[in-house]
Amino acid sequence: MYGGGNTFESAKFEGLENEDPQKLAEFEARIERGEKIEPNDWMPQMYKKQLIRMIEQHAHSEIIGALPEGTWITRAPGFKRKLALMAKVQDEVGHAQLLYSAAETLGKSREQMIDDLIEGKSKYSNIFNYPAFTWADSCFISWLVDAGAIVNQLANARGSYGPYCRALDRICAEESFHLKYGHHCVIHMATGTPKQRQMMQEAIDRWWGPMMHFFGPPDKVSVHTEVLMKWKVKMASNDECRNQFLDMYVPKIWELGFTIPDPNLKKNPETKKWEYTEPDWDEFKRVINGDGPCNAERLAVRRVAEERGKWVRQALLTPKTKYVTPLA
Amino acid sequence: MNETALKELLYKMADDQLIIGHRNSEWTGMGPLLEEDIAFSSMAQDKVGQSHALYQMLHSLGESEPDTVAFTRNAEQFHNCTLTELPNGEYDFSLIRHFLFDTAEAIRFELLTESSYAPLAQLAKKIQGEIRYHTMHANAWIKQLGSATEESVNRLQTSLEKALPYALGIFEPSPYEQELIAEGIFAGEEVLKEKWISRITEILSQTSLQLPDLSTLKPEFGGRTGQHTEHLQPLVEEMSEVFRIDPGAEW
Repeated sequence: MYGGGNTFESAKFEGLENEDPQKLAEFEARIERGEKIEPNDWMPQMYKKQLIRMIEQHAHSEIIGALPEGTWITRAPGFKRKLALMAKVQDEVGHAQLLYSAAETLGKSREQMIDDLIEGKSKYSNIFNYPAFTWADSCFISWLVDAGAIVNQLANARGSYGPYCRALDRICAEESFHLKYGHHCVIHMATGTPKQRQMMQEAIDRWWGPMMHFFGPPDKVSVHTEVLMKWKVKMASNDECRNQFLDMYVPKIWELGFTIPDPNLKKNPETKKWEYTEPDWDEFKRVINGDGPCNAERLAVRRVAEERGKWVRQALLTPKTKYVTPLA
Repeated sequence: MNETALKELLYKMADDQLIIGHRNSEWTGMGPLLEEDIAFSSMAQDKVGQSHALYQMLHSLGESEPDTVAFTRNAEQFHNCTLTELPNGEYDFSLIRHFLFDTAEAIRFELLTESSYAPLAQLAKKIQGEIRYHTMHANAWIKQLGSATEESVNRLQTSLEKALPYALGIFEPSPYEQELIAEGIFAGEEVLKEKWISRITEILSQTSLQLPDLSTLKPEFGGRTGQHTEHLQPLVEEMSEVFRIDPGAEW
């Protein structure tokens, strides 16, 4: 699960003038023709840097995202939910594995990436800095956060970097099952007892703000963004993704008889675009920079897991071990 | 067919699978490497699925629905061996438990493929195929970590010594041992234990780990009759936390 909103904020964009103009032109022509760029192909440094950053953040989002949902595996009500949620969260960890491999094709090792995560140098999807208080929160995540991620990931799957696109194709196929599972859970809450309905409505009220944040702030139109779009690193604007999500899911939420905590939310019949109250972007910045309800907890859990597993990883290493280029 | 004896056997196996599956699932997001998160989750899904199939068999013998049985009992109504309920601890303990327990259950289901109770023999064949991968996983890791670094060997040795008395509790004799054997439902805990000792000895002999003299250890019995460690009740409460909000509701 991943939102695109935090990827394009702080990577420095420089050095393009040092690239070989002829190679750069050939590279851009290949992308223009719809070809995929593969690990051993020539690519501008900036392209490589941006992709590492993006794929790495995506991978981190998968393992951090496994935490708020993972806590509900041991509480899932009944065999059907328990088995499905285990499989779902396992998929998310599997996505991290795929994505770290895809990023490794660009030269940064999984260990370096995880070190950067636990040292707070690397971001992950902001939505996982919020707590999943009840079972209904986990239902919201499985349905709607995964739905948002699919919107984002389907766009990115049309991008230019081969290993990332292939990973995303597989990820999206799995996420579509998560979406069905999540929707199924929410339908049961909606058609269940008054208590269940109330739990679900409260979860929607809690998660709507973070969900609107999920796609990131409106894009600044900059040279930077234009180049990334030309290179097919960024495939859709944050607002486009958000609008697509609203278009697909607001009617479904309303159909189940739930309300959405935004009185201004409506589709403009003329522009066919959704109008809404801007979410609190100051809160978004605060949370993404570390001051959210669960940032410290999430990283602490990850840090403890890394620390406790160190002896295992060391025991697996022998002097004969050679680095193998991952096949992504 | 002695149905009381059969049910007693099915309950303890179903409860074992559910509780160890639940514990395995707690590794999700916490493993020493991503591949192990994924492996423990796969095994958890198999084991919880197997427990469901066994509860389903009990249901066909007149017991309550699987969800009711699994999510509404208290700790003293569970018949799992106490080894399965112990907290995961560090990876070394989880791995050792996984090795000791899964080796025993692999043999248990092998034996049950010959059961005179046909539905159980049939289910055992299916389960046996799944568990083969669990023991392959356990053996690979025990061999690797059991002879890698000083730290890994020491950790595994300490956990082995800690887990063994509980592992011997797997074989706590049933009050219906004679009936089960006489009717050909199950070959019995003693046969299982002997085979288990020879199989774990074979694997451990390929590592730097030392198997203590098992005859000097006092088995931790009690689980099969509902006398559990202090760790089971909190597990059961957590597992049924949502279900108990409204046991009549559909979730």
